[in-house]
Amino acid sequence: MTTTSRMIPDRLQTPLERKLKSWESLLMLVAIGIFIINSFASPYFLNVWNLSDATFNFTEKAMIAFAMALLIISGEIDLSVAAIIALASTAMGAAVQLGVSTEGLVLIGLLVGLACGAFNGFLVTGLGLPSIVVTIGTMSLFRGISFIILGDQAYRGYPSDFAFFGQGYVWWVITFEFVLFAIIAVIYAIILHMTNFGRAVYAIGNNATAALFSGIRVGRVKFILFLLTGLMSGVAAICLTSRLGSTRPSIAVGWELEIVTMVVLGGVSILGGSGSIPGVVIAAFVMGLVTFGLGLLNVPGIVMSIVIGALLISVIALPRLWSMWRT
Amino acid sequence: MKRFLASRELLLLIAIGLLLGVISSRFPAFIAPSNLVAVFNDTSPLILLAIGQMIVILTKCIDLSVAANLALTGMVVSLINIAVPGLPIVVMLFIAVAFGAVLGMFNGLLVWKLAIPPIVVTLGTMTIFRGTIFLLTEGKWVNSHEMSDTFKAFPRTEILGLPVLSWIAIAVVILFTIVMTRTTLGRAFYAAGGNPHAATYAGINVGRTQFWAFTISGALAGLTGYLWVSRFAVAYVDVAGGFELTVVAACVIGGVSIMGGIGSVPGALLGALFLGIIANALPVVNISPFWQMAISGGAIIIAVVLNAQANRTPGRIILKRAEHAT
Repeated sequence: MTTTSRMIPDRLQTPLERKLKSWESLLMLVAIGIFIINSFASPYFLNVWNLSDATFNFTEKAMIAFAMALLIISGEIDLSVAAIIALASTAMGAAVQLGVSTEGLVLIGLLVGLACGAFNGFLVTGLGLPSIVVTIGTMSLFRGISFIILGDQAYRGYPSDFAFFGQGYVWWVITFEFVLFAIIAVIYAIILHMTNFGRAVYAIGNNATAALFSGIRVGRVKFILFLLTGLMSGVAAICLTSRLGSTRPSIAVGWELEIVTMVVLGGVSILGGSGSIPGVVIAAFVMGLVTFGLGLLNVPGIVMSIVIGALLISVIALPRLWSMWRT
Repeated sequence: MKRFLASRELLLLIAIGLLLGVISSRFPAFIAPSNLVAVFNDTSPLILLAIGQMIVILTKCIDLSVAANLALTGMVVSLINIAVPGLPIVVMLFIAVAFGAVLGMFNGLLVWKLAIPPIVVTLGTMTIFRGTIFLLTEGKWVNSHEMSDTFKAFPRTEILGLPVLSWIAIAVVILFTIVMTRTTLGRAFYAAGGNPHAATYAGINVGRTQFWAFTISGALAGLTGYLWVSRFAVAYVDVAGGFELTVVAACVIGGVSIMGGIGSVPGALLGALFLGIIANALPVVNISPFWQMAISGGAIIIAVVLNAQANRTPGRIILKRAEHAT
């Protein structure tokens, strides 16, 4: 923690600045490297259908990661996203039992996501509570409600046209989810990098007090960010539920870790104030490629989680070790 | 006395009393001494972990890797037990504490030397520790019949009517009450979290203090790892899965402020007991155990709201921000 005075930059300054400027390009190189290694490691890798399937590894998580990136840039965090997926999915499952149509299910999924986001946002901005504990609390609360409703049961019987969101193809090998992921990426890139709202997010993350005195409604901006994160969790819940075709209370367990990893890997500072959407997009591809490649090599899921955990720490540790080395 | 009357500890004691009263009005057997002893014994692992977590949270950090540390240490001591069945329990305890402490030091070093935010470090090590168990065992379980009898008997041995597990919890509570209130290190934890800049000016190395907090949390998690595995006589990858949240919940309910600097050993103890009583009472009052998770979530949120009301006394910044010495 240094005492450098700050302007309101997109990124951190001085020795780190140059490295962070090239963070996205460095990440791009990593992605290409993994792609090449994968294509040598497994003969099944370079198959358009396999690659198309592999996008499911990250599209749903990345949708949430974009909203989470804005939230983390503003200096907050939401660890309850996976639990929101569980609750939204449970609500949709319950609605199916009452014979609600596909349009109704989508509406319910989005509304539950928004409601959960609003609850988090109210606790953090309305009552001024730290977001880490609040969302650890709501994480058990939301998933806990799913467990109360479902116990060890599962909801099935989703309408056949509901399957399109998670299993449908828009054109040839391009899945609906991938198109949605691309559209959402563009929307968030515009919001963050081209609007007043996006500048406000950076300003709050760098210095919330100064942002407040510059006339930014800090509470309102943060509340909207929690709403967006909830909404994206609802969207992800729709896609995931549609893809799996069933709901259990343990759906999407541990996703919050992977989503935060994706955001941090994308070059967003966990302390807030810097980061970019293109970085998160590339990070999503990197994580998707790593999981897919390891999967083709029959590496069990829990070993992949070691890789992701190590990735999370080393991505932050290596630049710091590097700058310690040079001074 | 006045401070005690307004304190979180008293509030919690009253809440626990009310809780026991409500339960016993329907099910008097619940407050029979033998059952209360059983509840305390069942809550002992949570108490041990909550004390370690409290110290970490005091220094403005958080340790989400405690449950994974517990599981990894538990697996390591089980494997050692298979390899060397005759090892004395004292040596086993030492190995568990030392191994857990080393895992904690790893967290601490990353936080201290590389200044990586604790939540990122421990989210990462959480998955690394769990994954390591899988690498050690290829997902296999260590079952009861593979463990030696002395290994399994230790936490259940009764001394003066209480199992050793309970006695260890009591001893750790007393030890850390003394450490936190009567030693320089204990006061340094409060100072480092209460106001890091003032602490730095007062000559306290904030980073090193955080390092020791993680080491203590790790050591207690390691100790609990052995006790947990031997008590349930089984070790596998998902031992105590998700337990880190219960531990954080116990701390927050016990009045530990997540912003650092506020909290006490009795608070953490009572927070753990509150959750322990609820967990043990649910099956008795015939509520599905599936309610457990939502109840702890609700309890965390209510406790955070209460903490925020109680601690709303912002200090004035007199000194300029200090560079943290590392």
